[in-house]
Amino acid sequence: MTVYGYRLPGFSSLILWGLLWEVIGQLDVTFFVPPLSEVIRTLFSIIGTPAFTKALAETGYAFSISVAIAIGLGIPIGILMGRSRLLDELLLPWVNMFLSAPLTALVPVLMVLFGFGMKSIIITTTLFAIWIIILNSRAGVRQINRSLVEMAQSYGASPFDAFFKIYFWAALPEILGGVRIGIIRAVKGVIIGQLLISIVGFGALFELYSSNFLMAHFWAILIVLFTLAFTISEFLAYLERKVAYYAAKR
Amino acid sequence: MSQTNPPPVATEEAPSDIAVSVRNVSKNYGDVEALKDLTLDFPRGELTSLLGPSGCGKTTLLKIIAGLLKPTSGEVEISGKPITGPGPDRAFVFQDFALLPWATVLRNVAFGLELRGVAKSEREAIAEKYINNVGLSGFEHSYPHELSGGMRQRVGLARALSVDADVLLMDEPFSAVDEQTRRKFQEDLLTLVHEENKTFIFVTHSIEEAVYVSDQIAILLPRPSRVLEVIRPSGFRNKSADSIRRDPEYLDIVDNIWASLRSYVE
Repeated sequence: MTVYGYRLPGFSSLILWGLLWEVIGQLDVTFFVPPLSEVIRTLFSIIGTPAFTKALAETGYAFSISVAIAIGLGIPIGILMGRSRLLDELLLPWVNMFLSAPLTALVPVLMVLFGFGMKSIIITTTLFAIWIIILNSRAGVRQINRSLVEMAQSYGASPFDAFFKIYFWAALPEILGGVRIGIIRAVKGVIIGQLLISIVGFGALFELYSSNFLMAHFWAILIVLFTLAFTISEFLAYLERKVAYYAAKR
Repeated sequence: MSQTNPPPVATEEAPSDIAVSVRNVSKNYGDVEALKDLTLDFPRGELTSLLGPSGCGKTTLLKIIAGLLKPTSGEVEISGKPITGPGPDRAFVFQDFALLPWATVLRNVAFGLELRGVAKSEREAIAEKYINNVGLSGFEHSYPHELSGGMRQRVGLARALSVDADVLLMDEPFSAVDEQTRRKFQEDLLTLVHEENKTFIFVTHSIEEAVYVSDQIAILLPRPSRVLEVIRPSGFRNKSADSIRRDPEYLDIVDNIWASLRSYVE
């Protein structure tokens, strides 16, 4: 965006919103919104405390395992669905259903099935992330140029080679898009899991701070989470841009 | 060809060494007969064009020979052996090039060999040689989107040559490049057929192109596809590339083919 001929750097609007936040906080409109400066002070005071490090480790652990499972299963399933009519007919209704289902409502069922521990949290988080990864990988594979597939066939590609040397790369722009959205959904999933299943990690901190009306702490943790999710998603967006040169001509 | 207009060429005896032989091939898509009982021989070391109006099944026939499509009935033999699918004895050149957009020219050219499990250094040495042959040296590390259409098809051609197959299948390879590049390609193709001891099967919808490059032209008619006739130009094959287009025999054959195809073009 340009204002009076000056090109504003990205995210300049955040400064404006930050200022507004500070003003509302200073005016003491509601206890729910403490001034941004206080939130940031609190943020620096809790980073490094054992409670914070423990929460970060617990959440990070559940998050990274879930994302790894969602990517490791989601991409192959999506590619296979895109290649096989039969598999597609079998699985697509389920994928679409779970994509739009209110997964939070499923959490109690998962708790009955898998207990109150890390296992349930990981499964919940995976369920939040995986469906969009499957759908995007499927979409990516379905739009592969037919002659690339024929080329692989005519030069005698094994199914393994075709999968890893053609389909995966040809679908990569869509796959990365799916992974990016999947990861954002996983952030949501891991916090919901840690709030509903067992009170650990950042979920426990949210619970603790909000029930004690420590709003500055509450917002500080939210900012930490936002920053983490934003960084990962920007990194994936960067990778997407790196493959954009061939996205238009496959 | 019409009765009043006899072929100006004394059609030679068909050579006995047949590389590819299509025997009574039919192909149906549901109720639609794309090919019906088609029989055709492709002599070794020569270029045979499949020429016909659109919808005459020439690409279908080429893909059946490639093993990419299964015929409904009939069979294709390569050097006397029936085929069951794609094989290392055939290489395909695609109309839209079919290059890997994420790979360099070098990897694209070597990709056929890569799929056959040839070691990296060996396949890249072979690829380098053919990149040089098709006139793309210096572009080894470029990506397809950085090349013009003509250069991309040179990459596709180099890939097909580098697997050293006996039979080269070309599906309208020059139709997606501009007119001047196409002429250059056609001249280069004549040299290629002359130098490489390979059998070329060339699908085109351009009469001039077919007559210019072919040792043998099979004219296909549509719905269901059948062979109208096989023409073997003889007089100008050994002339230089630039005098062919002025050769009376070349011009007569072009006219005669148009006369026989005219009524099938909507």
